[in-house]
Amino acid sequence: MKRQIPLMLVLVFGMFLIFQYFIPHETSEKAYEFLLDWITIIGIFAMALAIWSLFRVTVAKVRTRKENWGYSIFTLVGLFSMMIFGWTAPNGEGWGWYFIFVLSVLMAIGMLVQTMSVKSGRGLWAGLMFVFLIIAVLIGIFDNAWSFHFMSAEPLENPMFRSFFDFVLMPILATTFSLLAFFIASAAYRAFRARNLLATLLLVSALIVMLRFNPYLTPIFGDYMARTSNWLMNVPNLAAQRAIVMGVGLGIVATALKVILGIERGYMGKG
Amino acid sequence: MVYKLTLTLLTFLLIAPVVSAQETVAASVEATVGDPPMIDSSLIPAPPSDIKAVDTDNDHGHSITVTWELSADDGSGMNNVLSYEVFRWVPFLMDELDTLRVELARVAAEIDSVGRLTGELKDERAVIWAAIDDMADQMPEAHRMYPEGGEWRLLGKVASGVATYDDTGGKDRKVSDFIPDFSDLYFRVEAVTSDSAIRAASGVAGPVQSYGQWFNTGRTPVFIAFMFFGIMTVFFVIKARRGAELYVRPLAGIEAVDDAIGRATEMGRPILYVLGLGTAADVATIASFTILGRVAKRVAEYQTELIVPTYDPIVMSVAQEVVKSSFSDAGRPEDYNEDIVYFVTQLQFAYVAAVNGTMLRELPATNVYMGKFFAESLLLAETGALAGSIQIAGTDEIAQIPFFIVACDFTLIGEELYAASAYLGREPVLLGSLKAQDYAKAAMILLAIVGVVAAQFEWNWFIELFHVVD
Repeated sequence: MKRQIPLMLVLVFGMFLIFQYFIPHETSEKAYEFLLDWITIIGIFAMALAIWSLFRVTVAKVRTRKENWGYSIFTLVGLFSMMIFGWTAPNGEGWGWYFIFVLSVLMAIGMLVQTMSVKSGRGLWAGLMFVFLIIAVLIGIFDNAWSFHFMSAEPLENPMFRSFFDFVLMPILATTFSLLAFFIASAAYRAFRARNLLATLLLVSALIVMLRFNPYLTPIFGDYMARTSNWLMNVPNLAAQRAIVMGVGLGIVATALKVILGIERGYMGKG
Repeated sequence: MVYKLTLTLLTFLLIAPVVSAQETVAASVEATVGDPPMIDSSLIPAPPSDIKAVDTDNDHGHSITVTWELSADDGSGMNNVLSYEVFRWVPFLMDELDTLRVELARVAAEIDSVGRLTGELKDERAVIWAAIDDMADQMPEAHRMYPEGGEWRLLGKVASGVATYDDTGGKDRKVSDFIPDFSDLYFRVEAVTSDSAIRAASGVAGPVQSYGQWFNTGRTPVFIAFMFFGIMTVFFVIKARRGAELYVRPLAGIEAVDDAIGRATEMGRPILYVLGLGTAADVATIASFTILGRVAKRVAEYQTELIVPTYDPIVMSVAQEVVKSSFSDAGRPEDYNEDIVYFVTQLQFAYVAAVNGTMLRELPATNVYMGKFFAESLLLAETGALAGSIQIAGTDEIAQIPFFIVACDFTLIGEELYAASAYLGREPVLLGSLKAQDYAKAAMILLAIVGVVAAQFEWNWFIELFHVVD
C-alpha cells in the first residue's frame, strides 16, 4: 500500500498531464495551473528541509574539525546573516542597535554550534548562547529603529541585504563564471591534440571555425573560410545534433511512459 | 426732419452690416457644430466586405477571429486604404465591470502598501470579487440586448492588406480584456484612409460566441505519434515479460560504473555523484535518480563512501530516499547516513564552487555527472580531471555534451542517459522500452527519407501530414 498509492498518483496525474497537452479547454488549463501551484508549495517545504540539511552538514564539518572547516563558518555566517537581513528593515534613517542585534544572533548560533562541538565545558557555551539570545530578544523588543517584516517584500530593499547581494555575492559568482574561459582553454588543448585521424579532423575543423572570426585572415582566404565554417556548422554538426535531439525526444517520452506506467521506479528508490 | 431721416439712414447703414455679420457667424457656428465635416465623397474608399466572425480554433475560449474581404481600394482602385479598424459591440455593463476592476486594483495596491492582508481589506476584496462574478454572469444577457444598451468599441487596427484580426481576451473575469464565453458578440470593420475622418464601415458580423475546445486538432500528428509509440512500448514490455530475448548494445559509460566503484573501494576514496541543475520534474533528473540508486547499491555493498551534493531541495529529498532505499536493498541500512545527500545552494556558480571545493578536498576516485547541466559542466569536469578522478558523465543537453566528452573518461550521449537505467538493471521490462525506441528511430529515419523524396517531388500533402500548429 505504501508503494501502491504513490504509483497510483503518478499514473493518474501523469496521464492527466499527457492528455492535458492536447486539451486547450479552460477547465484543463485551470487544473494544470492548480498542479503547478502544488509544485511551488512542495518546493517551499523542501526548501526548509534543504536549509536544515545544509546547516547540519556544515555544523558537522565544524564539529569534527574536518579539513578546511573554517570555510564552513563563513557558510553559516552568510546563511544566517542574509536570513536576518531578509526579514528585517530599518524604519527610518538610523540603524539604532540593529548591528548589535545581528551580531548577537550570529554569536548565539555560534555558541550553539560550539555547544554541539565540544565534549567538555558545554555549560559555559550554552550559558553564553543564552546571554546573546537574551540580548538579541531585548533589542528586538525595545529598539524602534528597525522592525521585522515576514509578509512583505519591504526588507528585500534593506540596504544591508542589497549591498551583500550586489557587492559580495554577484562579484563572486561572476568570478566563478569567468574561470570558464581558462577551463575552456585547457579542455580545448586536451581535445585538439592530434592523436589519431579523428582527433586530427576535429582539430582542423575547430581551427577553421575559430579562425573565420580572425579579421587578418579575411584578405588572404576571402570568404572561403567563412563558407567552409558555415558548412561545417550547418551540415555535419547540425545533422549530428538533430540525430541526438531525436534520440533524446524518444528517450524522454519512453522514460516518462515507464514512470507513469510504474515500470520505472528508480525515483522511488526501487529500480 | 431731414436731420431725423439722415440719422435713421446712418444708423441703418452702421448697424445692418453688424447684424448681418452676426447672423453669418451664427450660421457658420451652427454649421460647424451641427453638420458633419465636409467630406469629399469621391475619396471614401469601398468598405470591407464579406465580414465573418468565428470562434478561434484550438484555444481555451475567450477569443474570436474576424476575417473580411479587403476593400476594393486597398492595393487597387484609389489605393487609399491605410488600415482597418476592428470594433466590437460592448454593453454598458462592461463599463460598470471596469469600474469594479479599478476598485479591485485600488484594494490590491492598499494591501501592498500595508504589507499584509487585513480583515477589512480582505472583506472589501471579497465584496468586489462577488460583484465582478455577479456582473460577469449577466454578460450573456446584456449581449443579447444588441443593439440597445451598448456601444461599438475599437479593439485594434491592422495594416492595409491584412484581412484578419484575432480578438483574444483574458479568461480571468478580473482582467480588463476579459471576453465572456457563450455571449452573442458582434463585430464591424472600417477601412480607414490617411484622413481618419474618411472611412468606410463594413456590415455587422454576428452574433458569434466564443468557447473552448476539448481537443487541439493542430496537435493531431503529435497525438498519433505519441499513441503509436506508447502502444509500441507497451507491446515490447509485454513481449519482454513473456521471456523474449532482447539484445541491447553495450554502453561503455555504464559498464565503467562498476569498475569505477571498484577503483574507489581499492583506493579508499569516495565517489562523487552530481545530479546536475535539473529539477525533479526533468526526465533527465528522473533517469539520474535510477542510476544513483544502482550506484548507491554498489557503494553500500562495497562499503565505499558516497557524496551527493544537490542543487534543488526537492531533488535532495528524492535523492535521499533513493540512496536510503538502495542501502536497504544492499542489506546495509545501518550504513546509511542522511548527510550522504545534502543541499548546497540554488545558485549555479555557488554550487560549482562548493562541488569543486569538495572535489579538491576529498579527491574522489570517481565523479559521476548524470542529469541536466548547463554552463557549469566544464567547470566541474575540468576540476575533476585536474583532481585525477575517473569521470563518467551523461546529459541530454546538446550544448554540454562536447564539454563532457573532452573532460570525462566516459560520456553517455543524449538518449544513452535514459537507456542507462534499463541497461544497469537488465530487467526485461525496461529493455522492452529500449526496443520500442529503436523501432521508433527506424520509423523516423524512414519517414525522413520519404520526406526528402516528397519535398523533391512537391508532394505537399505528405509534408502537411506532419504539420503541427500550436
